[in-house]
Amino acid sequence: MTARVATGVATADGTGAVRVLRCGSDAVLVEAEDAEQAQRLHAALRDAPPAGTGELVPAARTVLVRYDPSATDWQRLRAAVTALPLHEAPPASAAETVLVPVRYDGPDLAEVARLTGLTERQVVERHTAGHYRVAFCGFAPGFAYLTGLDPRLRVPRRAEPRTRVPAGAVAVADEYTGVYPRTSPGGWQLLGTTDLPLWDASADPPTRLGPGTAVRFVEAGPGGEA
Amino acid sequence: MNGDSGHLGDAVPARDGVSDADADTHADADTHADAGADRGAGSAVLLVVRAGYGATVQDLGRPGLAALGVGRSGAADRGALRLANRLVGNPEGAAGIEMPLGGVELEFGRAATCALAGADCPAWVDGRPVGPRTPLAVPAGARLRIGTPDRGLRAYLAVRGGLDVPAVLGSRATDTLAGLGPQRLTAGQLLPVGTAATGWPAAEHAPRRDRPGPVVLHVVPGPRDDWFTPAALRTLCGEPYTVTADSDRVGMRLDGPVLERARGGELPSEGMVGGALQVPPSGRPILFLADHPVTGGYPVIAVVRRTDLDAAAQARPGDVLRFRLG
Repeated sequence: MTARVATGVATADGTGAVRVLRCGSDAVLVEAEDAEQAQRLHAALRDAPPAGTGELVPAARTVLVRYDPSATDWQRLRAAVTALPLHEAPPASAAETVLVPVRYDGPDLAEVARLTGLTERQVVERHTAGHYRVAFCGFAPGFAYLTGLDPRLRVPRRAEPRTRVPAGAVAVADEYTGVYPRTSPGGWQLLGTTDLPLWDASADPPTRLGPGTAVRFVEAGPGGEA
Repeated sequence: MNGDSGHLGDAVPARDGVSDADADTHADADTHADAGADRGAGSAVLLVVRAGYGATVQDLGRPGLAALGVGRSGAADRGALRLANRLVGNPEGAAGIEMPLGGVELEFGRAATCALAGADCPAWVDGRPVGPRTPLAVPAGARLRIGTPDRGLRAYLAVRGGLDVPAVLGSRATDTLAGLGPQRLTAGQLLPVGTAATGWPAAEHAPRRDRPGPVVLHVVPGPRDDWFTPAALRTLCGEPYTVTADSDRVGMRLDGPVLERARGGELPSEGMVGGALQVPPSGRPILFLADHPVTGGYPVIAVVRRTDLDAAAQARPGDVLRFRLG
């Protein structure tokens, strides 16, 4: 049995190739060239799921595709996935954008300024200037990894993660920014705080920041108003 | 944490208000005689006398929410919970109690029918020995005591009607990593019983599926076997691995020969599945179970087949696992 299946099928727009890797007896991991292609792949799979497929789990460069082994198999899925035409990146319309008011009072704001060589004000300006999109969720329920961060704001995670980061903390790490939806441990650099409730286990869906959602951060006054 | 923590428990987020709300609900059921009125005639209540060693309420979990960062969770040995439920006439997915190493004692507020499955625990109703995998009639006021199994890890108790604790995102399962669902059982807690029963099973007893010798788990290589030396997969499938005490519902840390990487670094976070053998920098694999993280950043060398996952969940610290291709 071959362990890994590498396919070199060009995508419809010729921008690159995806690889289909087996992931146990009822899932495949589809690996894209980059984060942007992974998001388009997730959208394409969501809109036109191959027969027999179930849950999709998008991540940084991949989409995990669960399937019903009584309805299909990984070879058929490999063929279906590599033939899938990828969408153009969907334009974010203003109506779909979640606006997150932020008080930029985070304990790591000064450290991020130091690491990036910017002033604290410049960090805030660059963070509020960005157009972000939820690439995927993970780490904790409703924790959304937002892409679109200004490359100048890329900083490493803290060497020592905090044991307790409060709900609503707005943070950056590596190529991502995000909001801690609930109190949890965390290693990202904290820029500020939002009072916007993003997670509600009694709501359907429980998070406002599902994959594909467009997000902007706006600076809020001390009282929290945008 | 995306799997970059030193210990399985490091990534456990603190519990939030959801769990507190559950605790309040239980207290209300205790102090207000009419608290169960909205649950109808099925509001019999179980009193937890002894909570065991991390016993939790489990059903078949929360499928379909992984894209929102919510894992499936649910019974670690799904087949055992299903069987226990069938034996009392419940739908297979009704909520029951998962008991690692047993050690639980319950007092029944009214007569009930229940059944044990999974790891074979000695058990007594008011001191009278009772057997596993068969319906047990428990009189009102009686105590069911569940001992510790000689082998296997997780026992399951189903109660006819199912446990009627509040559902979170469509499930009553306790996700110990995400902090969703009810808290772990505690002594003095009251568990309401619902009305989920649908009939009676055709059989009164289910035979034991005995598996003598080491636990054999079949694996599918990948998705990241190419991150390891060619010898690593042969080592995994040729040498014994021992379950360590650093094991819980998230996963089992295994002791055995190191699986050598052919390349360094970490992967960008990618989706994880139950049964994944994720290899942290120590080179010793972690086998992910029901509460595994939704995404992770360490490479997965191979994945245990779905059909062998229940057997994996019954391996206890000190047990030897053998992995086989196929």
